[in-house]
Amino acid sequence: MKVAVCVKQIPDPASDYSLDPATHNLVRPAEQVLDDTDRYGVEMALQIAEQHEGSVTLVSMGPSGNLQGIRQALAMGADKAVLVDDEELKGSDSLTTAKVLAAAIAREEYDLVIAGTESTDGYSGIVPQQVAALLGIPSLTYATQVDTDGSSVSIRRQTAAGYDEVSASTPVLVSVTAGVVEPRYPTFKGIMQAKQKPVDTVTAGDLGVEASPGQAIRSVQPAPAREAGEKVVDEGEAHLQVVAALEQAKVV
Amino acid sequence: MSHADTHKLPLDPHDFLAIDSLLDDQEKLIRSTVREWVDKEIQPHVADWFEAGEIPTAELGRQMGAMGLMGMHLEGYGCAGTSAVEYGLAAMELEAADSGIRSFMSVQGSLAMFPIWKYGSEEQKQQWLPGMAAGELIGCFGLTEPDSGSDAANMRTTARQEPSGDWVLNGTKMWITNGNVADVAVVWARADDGTIRGFVVPTDTPGFTANKITKKLSLRASVTSELVLEDVRLPADAVLPGVASMRGPLSCLSEARFGILFGAMGAARHCYETALDYAKERHAFGKPIAGFQLTQQRLVEMLVRVNKGTLLALHLGRLKDDGRLAPAQVSFGKMDNVREAMWVAREARSMLGGNGITLEYPVIRHMVNLETVYTYEGTNEIHQLILGQAITGETAFS
Ligand SMILES: Cc1cc2nc3c(=O)[nH]c(=O)nc-3n(C[C@H](O)[C@H](O)[C@H](O)COP(=O)(O)OP(=O)(O)OC[C@H]3O[C@@H](n4cnc5c(N)ncnc54)[C@H](O)[C@@H]3O)c2cc1C
Ligand SMILES: Cc1cc2nc3c(=O)[nH]c(=O)nc-3n(C[C@H](O)[C@H](O)[C@H](O)COP(=O)(O)OP(=O)(O)OC[C@H]3O[C@@H](n4cnc5c(N)ncnc54)[C@H](O)[C@@H]3O)c2cc1C
Repeated sequence: MKVAVCVKQIPDPASDYSLDPATHNLVRPAEQVLDDTDRYGVEMALQIAEQHEGSVTLVSMGPSGNLQGIRQALAMGADKAVLVDDEELKGSDSLTTAKVLAAAIAREEYDLVIAGTESTDGYSGIVPQQVAALLGIPSLTYATQVDTDGSSVSIRRQTAAGYDEVSASTPVLVSVTAGVVEPRYPTFKGIMQAKQKPVDTVTAGDLGVEASPGQAIRSVQPAPAREAGEKVVDEGEAHLQVVAALEQAKVV
Repeated sequence: MSHADTHKLPLDPHDFLAIDSLLDDQEKLIRSTVREWVDKEIQPHVADWFEAGEIPTAELGRQMGAMGLMGMHLEGYGCAGTSAVEYGLAAMELEAADSGIRSFMSVQGSLAMFPIWKYGSEEQKQQWLPGMAAGELIGCFGLTEPDSGSDAANMRTTARQEPSGDWVLNGTKMWITNGNVADVAVVWARADDGTIRGFVVPTDTPGFTANKITKKLSLRASVTSELVLEDVRLPADAVLPGVASMRGPLSCLSEARFGILFGAMGAARHCYETALDYAKERHAFGKPIAGFQLTQQRLVEMLVRVNKGTLLALHLGRLKDDGRLAPAQVSFGKMDNVREAMWVAREARSMLGGNGITLEYPVIRHMVNLETVYTYEGTNEIHQLILGQAITGETAFS
């Protein structure tokens, strides 16, 4: 089974960040890591490829930097990577991102496309569905479990109350939640082999996609400080006050 | 005209001298992989293991083997074949958690696997190394005895070769890391002809017993044992063919000491970082204790020692990867980095006040662990004598 996985390199969430004063885009350091969210996708892809004699291709859009995040995923065991790095795509919205990813995936042979549910930095959470629509394939989203016999894929989709079981035949896109599988640690041998694995760096033009970000950020404001909540002192009636407050907030 | 320096401000208190810029991407990826594993699998449990005096060696062995930590700097036979610097960086991350965890890996890779890899026959290598690299077989190294430590050459354990070719070992080994959990022991003994030989001893051989040493107040997250060898009969091919002198065990020690000179700085770093965080949070006399001159002086001394020691380790690592590292240079690193790490650990311990004496914080654990690290793999004094001899040409050992 040929699996394509969408992975994003992001600045280390633990490190400081700054915004470009002109474009308000995040200043991307050379040093980037594999988005934690996407490790689950990579692990899922590797397990499926191991069970069904397949291969795993990483597809990513963003500034390549020193490729640390991509190498991390290759070190886990993926076979190769396609990276769309184009200055013109800076600040892309999710639809442009999806167009680019779909075009990059369409150039590959694939039976299954795997993505995370939402990225750690952008977290719009709509890229996977858009990619599926653009590729003209079904999308199975929010998977907490994925099973496949090689020709069809069924998942458990996380819902507020529990889960739904949904399935589709390949080719299909699946977006996986954190915890769908336990991502492996790269092995040292894998880390050393990752250097030799092919990373194909292309531009939007190479893919025949128009490089327009689709959105512009006009201004950025700091999030307002949260106001202190109301304190309820329990004198026997607190539960009633809490219920009333929740009703007022229209959450129950 | 001078070039304007471009530097990032503020400087990073966790990498003040930008030592990271001396590492390549692969080195960083190996380091971050080990660090992540340590943060997830070791840090949350190690204080409990230390307190209980028990560690889950079988499970850790498998996990460490799967990653490639066991015998990582050796080539072939299932070993990862990394550089020396990468081995050092891994030791540093493991020892940032606990010297006992690093010892588990050092003994396996540098003391048990290394002599088989370096001096063993092809059959010995095939038999033992793949399982040991996978962490499924655990090894130990028996050199020290109850009556000989620094002067290991005075060992009393004997190896008698019978006309059939069989070897028969008798003696007692003391302070043997992993002894009780080992599947195989590399035991050094004096042969009939007076030479020192190494033997690959499966620990289920009749006559072999391991007794766990208890009541330790240091390196509690590590198994330490006494090995008793009573007429342990081994086939002729159990001897390591490649060496017949003290050079055998000493070369193993040099490998392990190399890991320690990195590892000690991992422990020191963790103590410094814990103290720095604590000093910024803890208030006394109306302000954070980090705001007092005396506290700053101590934090700065810790910072300087951690950074100097790390630079030293990296420099020696580069020499080793170049094939130019002399044993006396390893002694320099082992001696100085361990004593500096002890200094940092003690200062950190005291800066945490009462909290510094509990296992809720890592500082006293590192502090007492480093007492072992100061003693094993050549005591501080032994390394001073090695260095003294190297620069004067005079030996002062006896
Ligand atoms: C030059 C350049 C600079 C960029 N700078 C930024 C930036 O500062 N901040 C930022 O968030 N994004 C940046 N991007 C990437 C891009 O704009 C976003 O990825 C995009 O807006 C997707 O939105 P999201 O992260 O909310 O996706 P979500 O829908 O939240 O992501 C869900 C899943 O979709 C997949 N996915 C999403 N984006 C990508 C991607 N780019 N490559 C591969 N898989 C992906 C992943 O599997 C992810 O888990 C940059 C891109 C370029 C070319
Ligand atoms: C927890 C732990 C784990 C260990 N693991 C192992 C292991 O796996 N395998 C193994 O073989 N050994 C192991 N050891 C043993 C360790 O290597 C020895 O303890 C060490 O070499 C010191 O030997 P000793 O204890 O006999 O001390 P001694 O040699 O008796 O030294 C006592 C003191 O005398 C000093 N001294 C000795 N000679 C001189 C001299 N010429 N001039 C000045 N001072 C001198 C020493 O520096 C020390 O301060 C371990 C020890 C510990 C504590």
